[in-house]
Amino acid sequence: MVQFIDVFKTYENGAKALKGVTFEINDGEFAFLVGPSGSGKSTIIKLITGEIAPMDGTVIVNGYDMGNIKFGKMPYMRRTLGVVFQDFRLIEDKTVYENVAFAMRVVGASTKEIKRRVPYVLELVGLDSRSRRRPQELSGGEQQRVAIARALVNNPSLIIADEPTGNLDPARSLEIMMLLEKINELGTTVLVVTHEKELVNSLSKRVIAIDGGRVISDGLDGYYNYEE
Amino acid sequence: MTDWTGIITMKSNRFGYYIKEGINSIFTHGFMSFASVCIIIACLIIMGSFSLLSLNVDHVIKVHEDENVMLAFVDETLTDTQAMALQDEIEAVPNVASAQFVSRDSAWNSFKDSYDSNSSMFDGLTSNVLRHRYIVYLDDISLMSQTQLDVEQIPGIARVNAHLEISDGFVKLRNIINTVSISLAAILFIISLFIMSNTVKLTTFERRDEIAIMKMVGATSSFIRWPFVVEGLILGLVGSLTAYILQWGIYQAFVQKVIGSVIQPFIIETLPFAAFAIPLLIVFIVIGFAVGVVGSVIAIKNYLRV
Ligand SMILES: Nc1ncnc2c1ncn2[C@@H]1O[C@H](COP(=O)(O)OP(=O)(O)OP(=O)(O)O)[C@@H](O)[C@H]1O
Ligand SMILES: [Mg+2]
Repeated sequence: MVQFIDVFKTYENGAKALKGVTFEINDGEFAFLVGPSGSGKSTIIKLITGEIAPMDGTVIVNGYDMGNIKFGKMPYMRRTLGVVFQDFRLIEDKTVYENVAFAMRVVGASTKEIKRRVPYVLELVGLDSRSRRRPQELSGGEQQRVAIARALVNNPSLIIADEPTGNLDPARSLEIMMLLEKINELGTTVLVVTHEKELVNSLSKRVIAIDGGRVISDGLDGYYNYEE
Repeated sequence: MTDWTGIITMKSNRFGYYIKEGINSIFTHGFMSFASVCIIIACLIIMGSFSLLSLNVDHVIKVHEDENVMLAFVDETLTDTQAMALQDEIEAVPNVASAQFVSRDSAWNSFKDSYDSNSSMFDGLTSNVLRHRYIVYLDDISLMSQTQLDVEQIPGIARVNAHLEISDGFVKLRNIINTVSISLAAILFIISLFIMSNTVKLTTFERRDEIAIMKMVGATSSFIRWPFVVEGLILGLVGSLTAYILQWGIYQAFVQKVIGSVIQPFIIETLPFAAFAIPLLIVFIVIGFAVGVVGSVIAIKNYLRV
């Protein structure tokens, strides 16, 4: 669950990225976060992942109060999240399988668990036949599915994706969105940042629209009501 | 019931991971690794050589300590009993290990004995030409001149003879060597740390994306740090063991030189390498360890913040 209560964030250079943001995403929900460039979407994502701390207000992620979280607790908070980025962020010299297994290994999973879990998530994202390939031998859409598999592999309760389809053509984008929808149906909460109006409108999901660091609309009808 | 096999495989799994990653990085930038090992070797040998020199000078000082006794002459106006009573007072002086009373008769006899017993040069002389005296043994000959003054203050002591030149010379030499080796050790330690942390920084830089991913998926700081610490540790250990073997060779060569030299029979007596083989090994390993671990912890520090 994600809870933002009157959150403010100003960067060191004085940029006022968030000016009192309030919203709540319950367990099991699927939500889009939309808004023009510079409106504060990535800032919201970074507050959720703990990369930055709120200046004022409260951010609660899966029970962790992100304004007061202890440094030593941060890794355990992050294990409850799966994060996906526009640029995939895969390790180039590891295979698809190794990239996904890596996320399990570094949180201390046993080889046995890794061998059981990795093939399962690769199948879920439709990449079981690609497991021996390296990222540069895959299409963009496939690379993003590896990143989604990696985000999923530690069984997080929340998946956050910051413009996951930003580097993909419309057909691949739709595939990725449908995959995220499928993951949501399996019980994981999903929050997706995107610019793609058609895609958002075609999926009829909750849409949180933000502009100038404020929430300007929040509806379950899937209508992307911000005109860019 | 605890699943021990699970815990053990998990632990050894992780341990294997740290070692594998650490060794991998050493070879991916072999030149920097080689350079940092060389720097550690050079630093350790310089530190080691000065320390061994200092130990040897110490040893020479100790060997000559017995010869560098002071002679305290008793005022001739004192009676024999009074003269002998001074022993306690002399031994109460700080830095005096012990004092041995030598009566004028026995001094006279040993004096005569040192010459031809048939000589007539002592005819008509008696032990009365000599004074009672004490042979004063010291704890620390570097304090000899102060102790000489202290013993001279005792009423009934007429004069104290001390051979300050030899002891002073060695003590000065030892002090210089000690100062030089401690300052060198400190400087070289910092240089080694700097080189080591830069070598490991190369790895952290090459792997910054991997580190970012590890943090993103929730790896703990210690988990992220370990492979780098292992890298530093291996470099440090390889450096210290190589340095140790070289130091051994250098020391043997040094000993040969000294033994072959003319001055040897008089004052220089070298210690065998075996006298400090184990402590030196321990010191080298500890320093190599410390440089490796501290260097890599410094290197990774910036990447672990939030
Ligand atoms: N690290 C930073 N330091 C200073 N200012 C920043 C930083 N990151 C973002 N900002 C500023 O904060 C505001 C919000 O940025 P943010 O990245 O959240 O926008 P966004 O909605 O994600 O935009 P985009 O759609 O282009 O990704 C912008 O004005 C941006 O310039
Ligand atoms: Mg952004």
